Amino acid sequence: MFDPAFLLAGVLNGLLAGGIYVLVAVGLTLIYGVLHIINFAHGSLLMLAMYAVFYLWRLIGIDPYAALPVVIAGAFGFGFVLYRLLIGRYNHGRDENILLITLGLSIVIDNVALLFFGGDTQTIDVPYAGTFVEIGAAFLPLPKIISFGASLVICAALGLYMAKSDMGKAIRAVAKERQGARLVGIDVENVFAVSYGIGIACLGAAACLLMPTYYVTPSSGHAFVLVAFTIVVLGGMGSFAGAAVGGFIIGITESLGGLFLGEQLGQIGISLIFILILLLKPTGLFGSRA
Amino acid sequence: MSRALLLCALGLATAIAYPLMVPNYLVTIGMLVFFTAFIGQSWNIAGGFAGQTSFGHVVFFGTGAYTSTILQVTYGWNPWLAWPVAMAAGGAVGWMIAVLSFRAGLRGSYFALITLAFAEVFRILANSVPFTKGGLGMLIKADPRPANFQFKDPIWIYYLALLLCIVSLLIAWQLTRSRFGARLVAIRENEDAARALGIDVFAEKVKVLTLSGAMCAAGGTFYAQKYLYIDPGIAFGVDKSVEMLLVSMVGGAGTIFGPLIGSFTLMGINEVTRWLASVVPALKNVQPLSLVVYGIMLILIVARLPDGLMSLFRRKPRHA
Repeated sequence: MFDPAFLLAGVLNGLLAGGIYVLVAVGLTLIYGVLHIINFAHGSLLMLAMYAVFYLWRLIGIDPYAALPVVIAGAFGFGFVLYRLLIGRYNHGRDENILLITLGLSIVIDNVALLFFGGDTQTIDVPYAGTFVEIGAAFLPLPKIISFGASLVICAALGLYMAKSDMGKAIRAVAKERQGARLVGIDVENVFAVSYGIGIACLGAAACLLMPTYYVTPSSGHAFVLVAFTIVVLGGMGSFAGAAVGGFIIGITESLGGLFLGEQLGQIGISLIFILILLLKPTGLFGSRA
Repeated sequence: MSRALLLCALGLATAIAYPLMVPNYLVTIGMLVFFTAFIGQSWNIAGGFAGQTSFGHVVFFGTGAYTSTILQVTYGWNPWLAWPVAMAAGGAVGWMIAVLSFRAGLRGSYFALITLAFAEVFRILANSVPFTKGGLGMLIKADPRPANFQFKDPIWIYYLALLLCIVSLLIAWQLTRSRFGARLVAIRENEDAARALGIDVFAEKVKVLTLSGAMCAAGGTFYAQKYLYIDPGIAFGVDKSVEMLLVSMVGGAGTIFGPLIGSFTLMGINEVTRWLASVVPALKNVQPLSLVVYGIMLILIVARLPDGLMSLFRRKPRHA
């Protein structure tokens, strides 16, 4: 069990999974950092995007990686409209209100998915799924490596967009000081909607990268929501660097937990990290405020 | 006030007479209404009155269900004797979560999320440790004798649920007229202001979560005795947490009758969708359809009617 090659394989697999978690968590942390809301529907929206990828493949035969631009654009539009119609209207008052509204949203999405898509587990058979790459003593599936690379590229592109574009600057300004941003003429409501849209677009990208190796069921969102929150809390709510580091740590934790504790008990690591971080260092690794 | 008293007496008389006049399946539905109102009230005491929104209340429910079932199945205890122990265990878990979370200063959404994580830890443990028999779940041997907390005639379990519901209503009523309740409301409305007034915010919040945990655990034992089976997904799954939160929010969080009204409403929706499903063959899947309606109701209530359906019955409009 303590064979180093075995351990290395576990760590590498965890890193690869973590690369995609980063994308999910970046979306969540962006929404939190800018809007100061906790988007409990994050997992459910990811599940919805995964079904979109699945049906694009099943009905039109589009490869999940080729679907990236379409799904990202679609997810952005969906998020933007969702913010305008629902989230933005009630984004005031007690902070639990929006948590409850997004909980309601996730209940609706999960069960609409169950009604329309059925409860069966769906997977995509890509021709390259069985291709493995040998790294050291570890055999890693090719799609996981592609997804990992693509995820890092997308995160870098998003980072560049946030740093250089006018909208990116406006988003950062609103995140830092929304009153001040409003005073210098930034349309704050529009920035909120765009930020929410980008957060959901990250999920669209993650869905494309997940589908070649993962499966989707209507309860998939549920499996991801606590993982995503754990990453974001671990890294520090609102911190991009934190989401990246947190994503890798959680990916490796999950992989090694499964290796040493088994499929069932291995999942406990994520929840325990979540609890311990909140209790001991609620600002996370990179967060500036509680 | 006397009018309210009259209404209560009338409601109670109807509730007592009801099972004598309807077929068995309607008795069971009535039982479920009161049982859900009871566990909803346990959520409401912490989440409604004290404003400590929890997403993982099922952790107390499952603790109660497993404690009494393990004592009964593994150690041969009488379930009536195991019941108070289960409540104590639920109270202890409530106390522990409260002390840990509130000492760390968690509030609002963060408290909600950490309760969810605690429930998840308990679910995974119940799935993995030997004394809960893991994912197989635990079966209680059927032996329908009242001395054994099992009843042949559904009417008795109905009356027991009604009794639990009445006790929970009395507890909530007590909260609206006691200093403890007033302190909880002060904490809900503005924690810092409450502290400035000299309220020991930490102690009060620990107290209310302990009470709420013990109540919810009582519901867990009741559930296990009714269905004679529990597994980690039932006992610690997120569905029950959401159900407790929903009935309180829909009926009116922080009100005495909120959870009962909410429970009636959700059961009504459930029956309507069941009927719809029998008429429209495309909707054969009843469970998700009711849940879609519940989710929409939760959104509408939080957005438009934060005091829940109860506020529709109030004569004077209340301004927060």
